Amino acid sequence: MELEIISPEQKLFSGNVYGIQVPGISGSFEVLNNHAPLISTLSNGSIKILITEKQFENLPIQKGVIEVQPHKTVVLVEQ
Amino acid sequence: MPGQLKEVRSRIKSTQSTQQITKAMKMVSAAKLRKAQDNIIKIRPYSKNLFEVCQHVLANETDLSQVPFLQQRDTKHVLFILITSDRGLCGGYNSNIIKLAKHTIQEKYANAQITFWHLGKKGFEGFAKFQYQQNTDFKDIFINYNYTQVSKLAQKAIEGFLNKTFDIVDVIYSEFKNAASQMPTVERFLPITLQPATTKMKTDFIFEPDKLSLLNALIPAILTNKIHKAILDAQASEHGARMTAMDKASDNANELLKNLKVSYNRARQAAITTELTEIVSGAAALKG
Repeated sequence: MELEIISPEQKLFSGNVYGIQVPGISGSFEVLNNHAPLISTLSNGSIKILITEKQFENLPIQKGVIEVQPHKTVVLVEQ
Repeated sequence: MPGQLKEVRSRIKSTQSTQQITKAMKMVSAAKLRKAQDNIIKIRPYSKNLFEVCQHVLANETDLSQVPFLQQRDTKHVLFILITSDRGLCGGYNSNIIKLAKHTIQEKYANAQITFWHLGKKGFEGFAKFQYQQNTDFKDIFINYNYTQVSKLAQKAIEGFLNKTFDIVDVIYSEFKNAASQMPTVERFLPITLQPATTKMKTDFIFEPDKLSLLNALIPAILTNKIHKAILDAQASEHGARMTAMDKASDNANELLKNLKVSYNRARQAAITTELTEIVSGAAALKG
């Protein structure tokens, strides 16, 4: 799926990924391709970008919002 | 005569060196302006997406009466966040903003209690003699400017609104149109107005935790973004204004130099003519 992570100062990540793990306000959750549309606030923690099934990157955030649409996921973060 | 010559010469010299300074300042401002414009462009994706998310949340009818950020109250206490620059020599940039602020107070909030939060030194200096409450906590925000500071500022303003210290929060700044024109603007910060979504969204979103708390989390982010944008606009405007002012100053110096050179040449010619007349009349006297 297509993923974009944007902060007020710059685009932090943009590209095709396998999935993403985010620290939701009521617990961490994972979004894979074809996830149901969802909007959620994120709390302080770390985003795990799953580039492939096994390879991942971590990204610490303060707070943010995730918007999941059928083929595109946008994460807005404040660092 | 020679005395006058020397005087004109020294005036030409000083005008030239002033012109050199104004030219250099114009160049520096032009470079800074470009950087400031880049910064404005850089925040666009974030603003755009934030707006879209908000629209999606608002798309399906929501009861907004519970959102504290929208609460309209009687105007008893107004907070102005005044964004000016730290430095002068930028034409009417700061004075226009200050003028607009005074005008707004007279027009709209004549009976309300006014508080100022100053961003930038010039606004503070402009209102120093007035009887308004002034807060200078954020005066030096432009030294080491970053998003965290804006965040803090917005947070504090929002707190002030929520605990009913302020009934209205306005941001006064100079909107950036282009390098030559800036528009001093008053923008409503709180209570915020949310435009309802224009088109019905097709997708049914799951809202986590729920719509209301989502809005309550989104709105501060939107507000912070709004101030951030205003500040970036103000910075670009400042450099634009300074560039124009310095360009005009350089032109004026040119004009002055032209006139000075004319009078210098005239004085020189007069001196030569006098000298010649003296020599000729001296020779004539010798011939007898």
